[in-house]
Amino acid sequence: MKEQIRDLLSKHGTLPVAVSDIADDADLYAAGLSSFASVQLMLGLEEAFDIEFPDHLLNRKSFSSIQAIEDTLKVILEEEAA
Amino acid sequence: MNVLAEVQGKSLVERARQAAAVAGQFADDVDREGRFPHEAVAAMKEARLLGIQVPVHLGGEGASIADIAEISSIISQECASSSMIFAMHHIKLSSEVEHGIGDAWHEGFMRRVADEQLLIASSTTEAGIGGNLRNSICGIEVEGDICRLTKEATVISYGEQADAILITSRAHPDAAMTDQVMTVFLKGQYTLEKTHDWDTMGMRGTRSEGFLFKGEAPKEQILPQPFAEIAAESMLAVCHILWSGVWYGIAVNAVARAQDFVRKAAKANPGSMPPGALRLAEVSSKLQLIKSNVIAGLQKYDEAKANPASLTSMGFLVAMNNIKLASSQGVLDVINHCMLIAGIAAYKNNTPYSLSRHLRDAHSAQIMISNDRILSNTSNLLLAHKQNTSLLG
Ligand SMILES: Cc1cc2nc3c(=O)[nH]c(=O)nc-3n(C[C@H](O)[C@H](O)[C@H](O)COP(=O)(O)OP(=O)(O)OC[C@H]3O[C@@H](n4cnc5c(N)ncnc54)[C@H](O)[C@@H]3O)c2cc1C
Repeated sequence: MKEQIRDLLSKHGTLPVAVSDIADDADLYAAGLSSFASVQLMLGLEEAFDIEFPDHLLNRKSFSSIQAIEDTLKVILEEEAA
Repeated sequence: MNVLAEVQGKSLVERARQAAAVAGQFADDVDREGRFPHEAVAAMKEARLLGIQVPVHLGGEGASIADIAEISSIISQECASSSMIFAMHHIKLSSEVEHGIGDAWHEGFMRRVADEQLLIASSTTEAGIGGNLRNSICGIEVEGDICRLTKEATVISYGEQADAILITSRAHPDAAMTDQVMTVFLKGQYTLEKTHDWDTMGMRGTRSEGFLFKGEAPKEQILPQPFAEIAAESMLAVCHILWSGVWYGIAVNAVARAQDFVRKAAKANPGSMPPGALRLAEVSSKLQLIKSNVIAGLQKYDEAKANPASLTSMGFLVAMNNIKLASSQGVLDVINHCMLIAGIAAYKNNTPYSLSRHLRDAHSAQIMISNDRILSNTSNLLLAHKQNTSLLG
């Protein structure tokens, strides 16, 4: 799942650094993730995983690192399966 | 300490009215001369209003954002520039109160603000960045225990009169533009070389000149939390709410003047309805909309503070952006209506019904962080956030 997140991040994140240089737990906002890019990334994730982000997970924390994105996706996939 | 006891025996509203009365006395002169309202700010200090937001255990009174919005509105009814200075000071202080507690230097600073009634200015706007406050070009350099910053700060309200400036920059010179910090520099720790003057349409008393800022201070003065979090968790909401309090106050006074005009006409012609009366009824409903908007913002902020995840949620950001948009546009609509009511008496300067200063001051609202910038931010959020369809929730 992290690989797919990394692919989407390099496509939509418009980061000034290479995604391969970013650790799983590194702060994406500090790496230069803008609010515009975070929404583009979210739309990309929705398409790729065929999910919808519920409002309560649309906050800064959900997109704060690659690990946080994976955790958020797992919560959504679980909620949608339930 | 007798002064303090005497002041604290009065309610915040009484103290605000005391400062507002002084602000009103000099409002036209401040506007005409484009000068700092030093009498009004001295009256705020005398009423001990600059430290009220500081928590009680640090020597303040723990006033809420609602209290401060009410005071902003009261002062703005007399002088919008004075009120904007009061509001901007408290917006900066809110970053300290929300994000500086537990840090020895910042707690000491808050104590000083309360004890000495220090006036705090803000520098986010930068040459090449404009109002895009979540980006910085300049970066702070930390060397040993010292931090140094140079910034082309194109707008710093009351920069020359302030006792401290809270200033944003990149976290270090090589950081991404969005990786920012905010630092407190005290008077004496910086120099300001004037680059832009402030000869404006309105808000002439805020003295929002541009400067080349150069500062050097102990590095503890950098707020420990990233500015991205400070902006998201408190500053943007407090900013939009307190600014709206100021703009609401301008609108209230415009309506009060229009109402005086209509009542005077009614007394002059007993038994007949004055021509402006219908417009007055209409504008009273417009004013109520702005008021409801600000109150809804205050309630939302209180609810969100009780649940920190929702403070940074997209829904909350959309709501706060909407509050700024609605009150900044609403105030102009209200004044425009009041102009139709009082006609030439509103258009002229120096009549009891004049709305020239109100209209000019209120025009700053849409450009103080450009409404177009805010709209484009909201349009991005709305690609993700779906509206809450309930009336009460
Ligand atoms: C009374 C007053 C007091 C102020 N005090 C301070 C202060 O103390 N400290 C401080 O730092 N700043 C202060 N400011 C500055 C304020 O916060 C804004 O930064 C400033 O008003 C924006 O200036 P601008 O219009 O040149 O810049 P920009 O924000 O760059 O906007 C310029 C124009 O470009 C357009 N635009 C730009 N970007 C976008 C976008 N993304 N989407 C859509 N349209 C866009 C808008 O139409 C806008 O009119 C003050 C402003 C006023 C009016």
